[in-house]
Amino acid sequence: MNLKIVVLAKQVPDTRNVGKDAMKADGTINRAALPAIFNPEDLNALEQALRLKDQYPGSTVTVLTMGPGRAADIIREGLFRGADNGYLLTDRAFAGADTLATSYALATAIRKIKDFDIIIGGRQAIDGDTAQVGPQVAEKLGLPQITYAEEILGISNGRITVKRHIDGGVETVEGPLPIVITVNGSAAPCRPRNAKLVQKYKHAKTVTEKQQGNLDYTELYNTRNYLNLTEWSVTDVDGDTAQCGLSGSPTKVKTIQNIVFQAKESKTISSADRDIEDLIVELLANHTIG
Amino acid sequence: MANFYLDTPELRHHLNHPLMKRIVELKERNFKDKDEYDYAPIDFEDAMDSYDKVLEIVGEICGEIIAPNAEDVDHEGPTVANGRVTYAQGTQKNLEAVTKAGLMGVAMPRRYGGLNFPTVPYIMAADIVSRSDAGFENLWGLQDCAETLYEFGSEDQRKRYITRVCQGETMSMDLTEPDAGSDLQSVMLKATYSEQDQCWYLNGVKRFITNGDADIHLVLARSEEGTHDGRGLSMFIYDKRNGGVNVRRIENKMGIKGSPTCELVFKNAKAELCGDRKLGLIKYVMALMNGARLGIAAQSTGLSQAAYNEALAYAKDRKQFGKAIIEFPAVAEMLSLMKAKLDASRTLLYETARYVDIYKALDDIAKERKLTPEERQEQKLYAKLADAFTPLAKGMGSEFANQNAYDCIQIHGGSGFMKDYACERIYRDARITSIYEGTTQLQVVAAIRYVTTGAYLARIKELEQQSVAPELESLLSRLKAMGAKYAEAVSKVADSKDQELIDFTARKLVEMSAYLIMGHLLLQDASQNAIFASSAQVFTRFAEAEVEKNASFIARFSKDDLAYYRK
Repeated sequence: MNLKIVVLAKQVPDTRNVGKDAMKADGTINRAALPAIFNPEDLNALEQALRLKDQYPGSTVTVLTMGPGRAADIIREGLFRGADNGYLLTDRAFAGADTLATSYALATAIRKIKDFDIIIGGRQAIDGDTAQVGPQVAEKLGLPQITYAEEILGISNGRITVKRHIDGGVETVEGPLPIVITVNGSAAPCRPRNAKLVQKYKHAKTVTEKQQGNLDYTELYNTRNYLNLTEWSVTDVDGDTAQCGLSGSPTKVKTIQNIVFQAKESKTISSADRDIEDLIVELLANHTIG
Repeated sequence: MANFYLDTPELRHHLNHPLMKRIVELKERNFKDKDEYDYAPIDFEDAMDSYDKVLEIVGEICGEIIAPNAEDVDHEGPTVANGRVTYAQGTQKNLEAVTKAGLMGVAMPRRYGGLNFPTVPYIMAADIVSRSDAGFENLWGLQDCAETLYEFGSEDQRKRYITRVCQGETMSMDLTEPDAGSDLQSVMLKATYSEQDQCWYLNGVKRFITNGDADIHLVLARSEEGTHDGRGLSMFIYDKRNGGVNVRRIENKMGIKGSPTCELVFKNAKAELCGDRKLGLIKYVMALMNGARLGIAAQSTGLSQAAYNEALAYAKDRKQFGKAIIEFPAVAEMLSLMKAKLDASRTLLYETARYVDIYKALDDIAKERKLTPEERQEQKLYAKLADAFTPLAKGMGSEFANQNAYDCIQIHGGSGFMKDYACERIYRDARITSIYEGTTQLQVVAAIRYVTTGAYLARIKELEQQSVAPELESLLSRLKAMGAKYAEAVSKVADSKDQELIDFTARKLVEMSAYLIMGHLLLQDASQNAIFASSAQVFTRFAEAEVEKNASFIARFSKDDLAYYRK
């Protein structure tokens, strides 16, 4: 079985190590202060894809990412771990996208890739935490979806069996290919970069990166085609500019507040009616509920 | 994201030594592999960049996977049932990670699936792995055995076995027996050739075998019936797939507990001869041991680093009498000395690794074509330097690792004596380094000839001629003065021509040689890179006092005094 797997991955600011300068005065993320990383749950998704490739030799793993030019790092990181190729969706028209415009762009690119059995991505990205993009991509492509996946158990007769992480346990579900799967952070961590693959792909670059210059090994790009990373613009994927980026995003941010968490001592509340009543009163009083 | 390579800039300094140019040139032979292997380097800069990037992978795996697993591995340890070993769960995860990352067969040629890395980056990886979990280094580092297979095995054996190692199969070197420890000439495990089956069979017992349930074993066995010394021993390859070897028990060790140390029973175990008969001990094991000793020097350096890091973090964090204990001179002095010993071990380690690289690469070229007279000379020079420096690096590195582990606990005070901190594991793990692959005493035996022949002194004289940064000139003069005292001590002992006196003072003389060489190397490091400035200052002062101490002992010692020490 030669599976065609597309991994959706996003480059995100590392919000796990937020310092006090993480937000600019205008409430937007200070990207300079936060290193750009491979979204953690997308790495879990990549691992599931690579395991399928291990299990079914001949399968291919394609990384699809949308972002600015430097998001080409995401494709390289994928290649270093065993992916076969990748596409970088990059265009000013894609900028400022909310989940709807993002899923539109991704779905359009996937249609362009055309040949696929599994679309797999992380449950959510750590910058937005919406968990909407995967499901929206499935809807736009008219495909079934399995969310919160923890492990792909197997594929037979065109159906995939997946263990899902749900509240208080797991459930095993089955669905027909092609399918969209989003992977939970509790799934197996991604394998490390591979020494040979890093050496093989370390010079891989997009056209834009090559134009930015200082190329030490220009000849290589003619003889080793796998070092040329593909960039796609809105036109390359036959996208409708109106549905992309800011113009395709109905989400409007009203205000942004800089909240400083003030951790307080924890307290234990027993299950006695009296304690619960007191808690309800307290939560109502501070407007946490009601 | 913890990265044990990137967080230690000293490593990059040693990787980027000027001699690497020659090493890469010899190792990559006009970069001819680039047309055949997509991961081969294109030129020198590309090769160096690849070493750096791969070490970054090693650093990440060590920081994110191996180090966090170390405590559980230490507690859980491997188990044995029905003659087979099961690694601790953390060990299994570590092995999976290094295999997936393609870090097996690092130094092996690409045609067998290896990375064809020189010794320097390979040893650097060992240094980093050891810092994260010294016990795991034993398993990962046994890929060294593939080097012996490569040097002495047939092409057919290389193809069959080295490719498997590069895919993640583990190895062991089965040398020690109950009655043959340091004295390997007494090995009794019997190898018998069966004309009928056209193969060798091994029978007997091996003891203290690290990773004794490995996939591929190199076994030292007596192939010549009726012999009793080293000349009757040959080297064999045993493939676990053939069966015939069972693990009888796993030793309950003080440290490096994640690495299974096994007692093996060979019962008609089918094996094949590696290399020529009778050369097992005198040629092959000697080569194997030198490689392994460099590995232990790396393990020691990694442990020294771990001890220093733990001690430093604790000293900054722990407050007594209203301030962090690092602010007390008594604690700061210990930390400075720990760092100086660490930097000294490391600079000697990589100096030695570079020597090994040059002579081994030339050895390898000699398999393909005749070396030019210049190359032959170069080969001889570096082989000799490697032989002379390896016992120093192993001997001093392991002693320093133990001293640093001791001081690490001392800085932790009472807490260090509890099992709650990593320092107690580091202390237990470090203890073996000055024992196995030849005790410190045996390293001294290997090194003393370079004292008496003047080889170390000659090298020290060369180092004295190297220029240093102006602000370090005064240290250079102090080292020169120490060198004169050393030369005096050496001639007094060597001129006596008294073997007992030589043996008795050997350790002191060897240590003096090491202090001087390390001091000079550190001075060179500090001249190029400010991160070594303090260590060069601290180490020279420490070495000065040690050299003074040993020199004074030897100056006042007479042959007749030996009587007080005889037992």
